[in-house]
Amino acid sequence: MEMGKRLLNSNRVLDLTDERGFLCGKILADLGADVIKIEKPGGDKARSLGPFYHEEPSPEKSLYWFAYNMNKRGITLNIESKEGRKILIELASTADFIIESFAPGYLDDLGLSYLKLSRTNPRIIMTSITPFGQTGPYKNYKASDIEVMAMGGLMYITGDPEQPPLRISLPQAFLLASAHGAAASMVAHFYRETSGEGQHVDVSAQECVLWEIANAIPLWELNQNILKRAGSYMAGRWTGTKQRLLWKCKNGYVLFYILGGAFGVKTNRAIVKWMEEENIAPEYLKNFNWDAFDMATQTQEMQDQIETHISKLFSMFTKEELYNGALKRGIMLCPVNTSKDIFENVQLKDRGFWMDINHPELLSTSITYPGAFAKLSETPVNIRCRAPLIGEHNLEIYQGELGLSSSKLNDLLHAGII
Amino acid sequence: MSKKVFEGIKILDFGWAIAGPLTLKYLADYGAMVICIESFQRPDLLRTATPYKDEVPGVDHAGYFAYFAANKYSISLNLNKPDGLNIVKKLVTWADIVADSHRPGVMERWKLGYDDLVKIKPDIIMIRNSNQGLTGPAATQPGLGNHIIGLTGIVNLVGYPGQEPISLMVAYSDYLVPHFAAAALIGALDYRRKTGKGQLLDISQFEVGLQLLAPTLLNYSVNGLEEKLKGNSCDYAAPHGVFRCKGDDRWCTISVFDDLEWQAFCNAIGKPDWSKEPEYSNLRGRKENEARLNKLIEQWTLQHEAEEVMKLLQKAGVAAGVVQNAKDLYNDIQLKERECFWVADHKELGEFSHLGQPSRLSKTTAKFYRAAPCLGEHTEYVCRELLGMSQEEYDEYLVEGIFE
Repeated sequence: MEMGKRLLNSNRVLDLTDERGFLCGKILADLGADVIKIEKPGGDKARSLGPFYHEEPSPEKSLYWFAYNMNKRGITLNIESKEGRKILIELASTADFIIESFAPGYLDDLGLSYLKLSRTNPRIIMTSITPFGQTGPYKNYKASDIEVMAMGGLMYITGDPEQPPLRISLPQAFLLASAHGAAASMVAHFYRETSGEGQHVDVSAQECVLWEIANAIPLWELNQNILKRAGSYMAGRWTGTKQRLLWKCKNGYVLFYILGGAFGVKTNRAIVKWMEEENIAPEYLKNFNWDAFDMATQTQEMQDQIETHISKLFSMFTKEELYNGALKRGIMLCPVNTSKDIFENVQLKDRGFWMDINHPELLSTSITYPGAFAKLSETPVNIRCRAPLIGEHNLEIYQGELGLSSSKLNDLLHAGII
Repeated sequence: MSKKVFEGIKILDFGWAIAGPLTLKYLADYGAMVICIESFQRPDLLRTATPYKDEVPGVDHAGYFAYFAANKYSISLNLNKPDGLNIVKKLVTWADIVADSHRPGVMERWKLGYDDLVKIKPDIIMIRNSNQGLTGPAATQPGLGNHIIGLTGIVNLVGYPGQEPISLMVAYSDYLVPHFAAAALIGALDYRRKTGKGQLLDISQFEVGLQLLAPTLLNYSVNGLEEKLKGNSCDYAAPHGVFRCKGDDRWCTISVFDDLEWQAFCNAIGKPDWSKEPEYSNLRGRKENEARLNKLIEQWTLQHEAEEVMKLLQKAGVAAGVVQNAKDLYNDIQLKERECFWVADHKELGEFSHLGQPSRLSKTTAKFYRAAPCLGEHTEYVCRELLGMSQEEYDEYLVEGIFE
């Protein structure tokens, strides 16, 4: 193992999740934990998720798998077999965390519930990631990403008002739940480190999506106003009006919106000044009193009028020109980046964000990954290695760490247990 | 009774808006004392946005702020006056964690950067949530999460095929950062407890946002491919989308990932024949004829309420979910059963639903301890009780305008 200080230093995580929980273990691995991804013999079903390396579908070429299982070791184990369960219980006695994303009740039926595992290892933390949590009338409801995005409220406020509600096309609900699962696991970890006691962490993906819907709930509770999707506009933030968020420019789009109060003044003035430089500022804007500008009393008509002039300015430039201008002038505006733009972004480069990770099995032998999610001065986020191949660490872990003999290992292999 | 995980942990939060304060929500909801450093001179953005109680604007009438601020304390301090800064510096010696989410440079202007804080308290943990990190050429650009979702490119994943992309209305990455930031912060707190060492955490919303788009970034770094707008469709499932139901703007999702689910679906809606039709009998056929299939299905869903569609299909083992609006969520029986909202009396708002935590911990679950604070509600308490200020001293500061 590499040197260096880590937050989770001598901690082991057993990762039993499918794609609903990969990111949770990945975050703990980034914090330094030894995460062992446990797949069923032959490999996890999620290895069939695209996109694929060189667009060649193969269980060892799933970029989805790569992205969220990097930094982990990997073994295969059939936990539905009796022998497999025994091995898992043994592994659990060496572990600090178990993460799982099975339907509620599945592990109980196998005799692998938190209560059962905590009897042999009272320090263990089990984190369960499911659509609706382990309790309540919907706990057994089936749900993929789109159901959770809908039930959690984000879809209703996303999309064009005249067209159906929209989801984000790369599934997000369980990524949110996984990220939250990592934080909640750390809460339980902190408690364990002071009390010696582990516990069960029950994550609801629906409630994680609910975190994303801004002021929609209080807007209903206090004003009986149901926040509704408004296309590329912001709604429900200032009485009655909507503000444009997404704007077309010469070669793409930028995000910008008019804000009132002290916070918006500098940007608003700078935009008008820019218009003046381009000789497109209308008289009323040149002399506009932005200090007195109040979103609460702003009419939609006025809003639309100002936006028409701004859209004229934006249409004269590319998103790069607009962004550079915004940086120079202290304007709150960002381009809508393509993946290409993101890889070329100077800020990310300057901060050393990207990580080249070795893939000796692949033609290109290394792939550029998004890097650390945080910079910690004393215990840096630790990105070490690519995602495991199927059963890559079976020998290392079963033989090297659990001390199983090679003949035993062979038997397990032939019985389809590992 | 559930125990407080962070009992005795003391936090000063200079943060504002969303990503910063929501990171500290994790600590407050598990028992830490989080003091928001606010000012009447410049109220938090969320205190100046709707909804307001009775639609009357006011910093303590703002539901957006209160919704996310359960369990926190608030003091009002004018940091542009030397005495205001002196009080803050005393509080730094009291604190375990100082948090900030201002534009890089603002804390430095007050001489409250990490280097300054370490001089006051060598083992302090400082967490700084910013848009693009503390370093780099774009570090000091002002902006909000609503702008950062452009940088991360997530906007390119929202839209109807063949149309323009659509901006998310919400500052998506703002609400995402807290999970990542809290995981690191709690780890740093544990590390400090074990080693006595504090540190600086530099969190860039841009960089956190990209974590949730990693597969699409790899698709570019490896294959040179950009994403296309897909609406609600999914490469691995059909039907997969939202379907209009009876009523005004009512919708239900349906997602069918394999042929067994397809058969169950056809039986459940009383069209067993569909499962025998060759063009729909396997996933490939359903994908090829997806548009026609979706229309057929919508003819059925239109005759039913969204809740009915969900219940009927769930009973048959098919994934379906109502596209819930705020009213639905407010009345959602699942969220109620799990006490997702902490309903409690708020000084100005009356009975009010505060947002809780999205998970339950079997031994130390998050709890509601106190309603969201009014601006400066705890100024006197913090000065008198925590800092031991005399009444005379406090009154002098009051007259001097330090607490404005």
